[in-house]
Amino acid sequence: MHPNDWLQLALFLGILAALTKPIGIYLCKVLDADGKTWLDPILRPLERLTYKLMGVDPRREQDWKAYTFSILLFSAVGVFFTYAILRLQHLLPLNPQQLPALSPALAFNTAVSFTTNTNWQSYGGESTMSYFSQMVGLTFHNFVSAATGIGIAAALVRGIARQTASTIGNFWVDLVRSTYYLLLPICTALAIFLVSQGIVQNFKSYDAAQVLEPQVVQVEDGKTVTIDTQTIVQGPVASQVAIKMLGTNGGGYANANAAHPFENPTPLSNFVQMLSIFAIGSGLTWYLGKSTGNQGHGWSVWSAMMILFVAGTLACWWAESHGNPIHQALGVSAADGNFEGKEVRFGIFNSSLFAVITTAASCGAVNAMHDSFTAIGGLIPLFMMELGEVVIGGVGAGLYGMLVFVVLAVFIAGLMVGRTPEYLGKKINAFEVKMAMLSLLVLTLTILGFTAWATVSAWGQAGLNNAGPHGFSEILYAYSSATANNGSAFAGLTANPANGDPHYNVTLGFAMLIGRFLMIVPIMAMAGALVKKKIAPPSPGTFPVSGTTFTVLLIGTVLLIGALNFLPALALGPIVEHFLTQAGQLF
Amino acid sequence: MNSFATQIRAAVGSTLVLAIICCGAYPLVVTAIGRTAFRDQADGSLIKDSSGKLLGSSLLGQTFTGEKYFHSRPSAAGASGYDATSSSGSNLGPTSQKLADQIKERIATYRSTNGLADNQEVPADAVTASGSGLDPHISPANAALQAQRVATARKLPLEQVQALIAEHTAQADLGILGDPGVNVLKLNLALDALPR
Repeated sequence: MHPNDWLQLALFLGILAALTKPIGIYLCKVLDADGKTWLDPILRPLERLTYKLMGVDPRREQDWKAYTFSILLFSAVGVFFTYAILRLQHLLPLNPQQLPALSPALAFNTAVSFTTNTNWQSYGGESTMSYFSQMVGLTFHNFVSAATGIGIAAALVRGIARQTASTIGNFWVDLVRSTYYLLLPICTALAIFLVSQGIVQNFKSYDAAQVLEPQVVQVEDGKTVTIDTQTIVQGPVASQVAIKMLGTNGGGYANANAAHPFENPTPLSNFVQMLSIFAIGSGLTWYLGKSTGNQGHGWSVWSAMMILFVAGTLACWWAESHGNPIHQALGVSAADGNFEGKEVRFGIFNSSLFAVITTAASCGAVNAMHDSFTAIGGLIPLFMMELGEVVIGGVGAGLYGMLVFVVLAVFIAGLMVGRTPEYLGKKINAFEVKMAMLSLLVLTLTILGFTAWATVSAWGQAGLNNAGPHGFSEILYAYSSATANNGSAFAGLTANPANGDPHYNVTLGFAMLIGRFLMIVPIMAMAGALVKKKIAPPSPGTFPVSGTTFTVLLIGTVLLIGALNFLPALALGPIVEHFLTQAGQLF
Repeated sequence: MNSFATQIRAAVGSTLVLAIICCGAYPLVVTAIGRTAFRDQADGSLIKDSSGKLLGSSLLGQTFTGEKYFHSRPSAAGASGYDATSSSGSNLGPTSQKLADQIKERIATYRSTNGLADNQEVPADAVTASGSGLDPHISPANAALQAQRVATARKLPLEQVQALIAEHTAQADLGILGDPGVNVLKLNLALDALPR
């Protein structure tokens, strides 16, 4: 934990805080159908043409049922779109390596994974996906699943801000405007910057380099082969990496994701990628404050997120910089920390920071292999996902997830003071609390249920790369990541075994669907109920939803519900593993 | 707006239009601008010799085992390491017997190759696999411990080798971001390029 690392942390937090308001202001314009932006001269005509082709009247708003139905229908079309591309990959253009079609289970898993903004990589990027599949089948969802998330968050905020109304916006307008005015312009600039740092962007076939020192390698039955070439992967990488970060998607172009030098070549590219993961989610809290006329509330929610984030970062960084006593006893320099699975250019600090950011937001890109983190270092990313991705969270998803906790926090506060709970002047009744609890229970039940099933099944154990408690952690991590729509992995877990067993691909696919859509429906129902209510003026007895008291209560609610549900499972995995590491036990 | 047919039309229509914009226009614009402004980086930061033969990429590590070369980190990419078509870490956890065995063996090899004492602490990056399996860098401490071996094998003064290490060490970006690293491929190419 060097002084320079502290400086980098301060720089990251400072820039993020400074970006929050400008992005929030811009979001207000994007999420208003009549909002004016400086890109209007170019994008307005395109926007109008798009509505015309879709047959949508942007003036007509939807109630919560129509809005939700549009989301589900659009997502269903998206799953089929990508499934078809992956299954027909061998027939489609832009496939210079002539890669074959994906298996049905893998194509299902991948299509669902990208539609739900999860981007769990069951596939191995450079060795399975053609340029067309990457650029169209996957990048498409990187944009629209992020735009969908933003739309849902905006719909819920409108439900809170409006009174005695019935509509909460138009999904198609939110989708198109978020994509055109927000994601595309930022991504274009970001992608070009990333190219300048060394991320490749071309349509060449892979290059073959003559390596400097050919290697003679032993293969099976005693034969040797000489390896004198290195195949260099090419493709349209930068354009995909930009949106995978900004849209908190995280699905890598290459198997090694953002650890691959072609996806993340320099510490500067790494820093900018980390900022872009958090940028929109952070700005959305400002949008919440502005829309509800209570800027203090927006900042209180932001502060709660940041306190949880910094605490997680410090714990993960501390654990990684202290390294592994088992390896240190063998002669590894103790000052270097735990370096397995990390890149030299990022070092311990930037690997730990990235791991917490990517799991706090539901991004899931990785610049170091979480599977090889120390027990505590790996516990933090796991825990961040199990909190429900509310620490900044996925674009949109983080805000609507956190608002569920806000509703529960005011409910608890109401119980404590003996008044009907109120949130920004609206009475919170049994229906809203039921919906909030439902969305949280779905998360818990799915993660723990699937984990338990895989743990006691032959197919579950066959996929493991590690034995002992770490093997259990691999399973728990997989279902946490899928259900929370994160997409990072303890990547040792093999979901594509040689015998073609589809259990992992299929169960993880369902976990992602449940984690996305069974959360969205109760949340939209809550938005529909809230928008009908009257806003009562604040009275002396009103519990304020800004300020320190509220922030502390919100953190307490998140931790209480997040931690207590998962503590027993965590005790069986990373917590016991930590003590076994200290005792020198190997598996 | 509420009828099923209009919703279907909106869903299919938006899928097609957004696919054309986000998956066609956007990557093409990025490619056009990126390749005009940063041709070299967009093509993979390739290194070629004077005859135009492709030797590798300055961003991708290669395997070195000879004593006149600096050695890269251990790699889990592909069966033999540094296979750029199967980037991967080992994904072995902190209590893995296999990982502990590998590290033990690598430490022994590293010490004997570089003529170090049996109780000399070894830099962590020298005996652990990277996340990508393609890490182009080693830590300056790792390079410093290999310098004497390379200098002896090439019959060069140690100072000259150390100067080359310093020349090929990437410092922190903007003065504070990231950790310093020595680019192994570029360093070894520079050694080969020295007049004999």
